[in-house]
Amino acid sequence: MRRAYFKDNRIAYLLVAPQLLIIFVFFYWPTGEALFWAFTLEQPWGGGNEWVGLDNLNAVLSDGRYWNAVVVSVIFALASTALAMGMALILAIFADRQLRGYKFYRIGMIWPYAIAAPAVGLAFRFVFNPDAGIMSYLNTISADVWNPTLNGTHALIMIVVAGAWKQVAYNFIFFLAGLQSIPKSITEAGAMDGASVLRRVRDLQLPLLAPTFFFLLVINITDSFTDSFGIVDVMTQGGPARATDLLVYKIYTDGFKGLDYSGAAAQSIILMSLVILLTVFQFRYIERRVHYTG
Amino acid sequence: MAQIGIRGVRKSYGKTQVVHGVDVDIVDGEFVVILGPSGCGKSTLLRMIAGLEEITAGEISIDGEVVNELEPRERGCAMVFQNYALYPHMTVAQNIGYSLKVAGVPRATRDQRVLETARTIGLVDFLDRKPGQLSGGQRQRVAMGRAMIREPRVFLFDEPLSNLDAKLRVQMRLEIRRLHQRLRATSVFVTHDQVEAMTLADRLIVMNEGHIDQIGTPSEVYGLPASRYVGGFIGSPPMNFLDVTVGGDGGHVVVGDGQHLSIDPAIGAGLVGQTVEVGIRPEHVTVGHRAGGSTLTAAFDFMEDLGAGRLFHGRLGGADFIVHSPEHRPPAFGEEIPLHIPRDAVHLFDPQTGKRVAAQPVVQAAAA
Ligand SMILES: Nc1ncnc2c1ncn2[C@@H]1O[C@H](COP(=O)(O)OP(=O)(O)OP(=O)(O)O)[C@@H](O)[C@H]1O
Ligand SMILES: [Mg+2]
Repeated sequence: MRRAYFKDNRIAYLLVAPQLLIIFVFFYWPTGEALFWAFTLEQPWGGGNEWVGLDNLNAVLSDGRYWNAVVVSVIFALASTALAMGMALILAIFADRQLRGYKFYRIGMIWPYAIAAPAVGLAFRFVFNPDAGIMSYLNTISADVWNPTLNGTHALIMIVVAGAWKQVAYNFIFFLAGLQSIPKSITEAGAMDGASVLRRVRDLQLPLLAPTFFFLLVINITDSFTDSFGIVDVMTQGGPARATDLLVYKIYTDGFKGLDYSGAAAQSIILMSLVILLTVFQFRYIERRVHYTG
Repeated sequence: MAQIGIRGVRKSYGKTQVVHGVDVDIVDGEFVVILGPSGCGKSTLLRMIAGLEEITAGEISIDGEVVNELEPRERGCAMVFQNYALYPHMTVAQNIGYSLKVAGVPRATRDQRVLETARTIGLVDFLDRKPGQLSGGQRQRVAMGRAMIREPRVFLFDEPLSNLDAKLRVQMRLEIRRLHQRLRATSVFVTHDQVEAMTLADRLIVMNEGHIDQIGTPSEVYGLPASRYVGGFIGSPPMNFLDVTVGGDGGHVVVGDGQHLSIDPAIGAGLVGQTVEVGIRPEHVTVGHRAGGSTLTAAFDFMEDLGAGRLFHGRLGGADFIVHSPEHRPPAFGEEIPLHIPRDAVHLFDPQTGKRVAAQPVVQAAAA
């Protein structure tokens, strides 16, 4: 990496100042507020906050509905990550082999990532609409074969698909870049050694993609914890019967609908710790993984 | 072991053709070297034999079976790549044994054969290492082992030695030659290094811009270059070229500054008055007067001492002229030195086509 050296440190500080300001205003400040709320309780009649220690956290952790959200979130995270990474990998392998039309979908693949989560949710609400969408044909076979408004499993599947769809593009780009950085002669050597295309993917390309794979795994899981709000809000609002009540959505409903700032703040702190943990894991473990050299 | 037939093979990338119709027959057990400058299409031709590159036109057959449409794994060729292309995440043993694993050879047999192969390439102590932990020469051996273990019908080598230092290159060259002596598998070896080519080849294929200029044993290619290009490419320092006119009865040519150089009258007779290009190898010229042939004078420029001999650089008939001679006395700058050139050291080339002017019938065919 190139480093620039400044004789006068003030210039350096001046250059990073805007970025620091943004991080402070939109991250450290709200985080500080959340921390404050998480350990205090607002007085019923106003007049400042009362320090309550770990009471808020205990209340959250002993709430069955919170643990429901944890389970739902974990299922959502694992399922949407698996789906998004699997789809992206298959598409990237096709694109890498330059199969017919790869130029088209190499560009086409990038668009979904540029679409905001609520817009994705809206689009998939039409797709999965039990009365009018494509899936409604299933209901002509027999009533309620597909009904995400009543069936929790269906609703969860629906947000998993929508969440994965949005994430596929990002994964695809990384997988394709990873595949293309594998020297072509390695797969050619595999071909000379008698391995079929699938065998080469399994024995040569996938192992060499491992660093990319772990990187995306953490990014996807992190994203599915934090970036899924828009989809849930537009598609299911946590329902039916809390079947799609993800952690991040529960924070919003508790805080802004239930006006329980302290409870929501405590949940935020837990979720944030989780994300920080994943990020640390990412930096500590994965970034230092052996990178293969020729 | 196998014979390879290459018939009218062409290769185009989009609209650009890079191999323009190649015809060769490689006999069973032969070691053939494809020699040519960078970008002449050597690798492309080799990769078409391997099945890594589609054949645009023409036909390649192995043991009489046309392989154009066959997958690499169905052709029975093994290849050693220039950058070795080892599998970086596998150990040396896994690298060498991968083809057997793919072929479903049982574990015990596989381990046994990997060990045998490792023994012949001297890598038994390195079987558990990853390629990243090996030196360039060791990687090269692994690549060789990976090709050998398959006992292929055909060995293909794409400049496998070019990433090694000079000493190791010579050593590996000998080992490849020894390996071939032992296995007698048909081998095609691509290189742009003429010394490598000459020492390894049973037969050389000299390529130039997607064409084959000459096919022959190293001494044929050196002794009777089929074109000006081959003459200039093979031999170091390269052949001297002079533009001359065939004079008198065809028994000599007239150099730019009017000096006469004897040639074979049987060749010169039909060419009297025509301009041709003569090629003379620096090592066939001696400094001083001798009987037979002709003696010309050249203006001396400078000398390079090679230890085993000396290169005298001078100018003859308006062109640069190099002489490789053990002569010890360094002349003064600009001094006129006598050079003896035997008649059979003079090669004649057609200045238009660059082809060798040999016996008379060929010349008349070219003139018609
Ligand atoms: N994939 C490709 N697309 C377009 N042109 C190509 C491609 N591969 C090779 N060429 C061209 O084909 C010609 C022959 O290439 P090739 O690799 O066979 O050369 P080479 O004789 O092996 O040279 P070198 O000694 O540098 O390896 C070159 O002009 C090269 O630019
Ligand atoms: Mg090449």
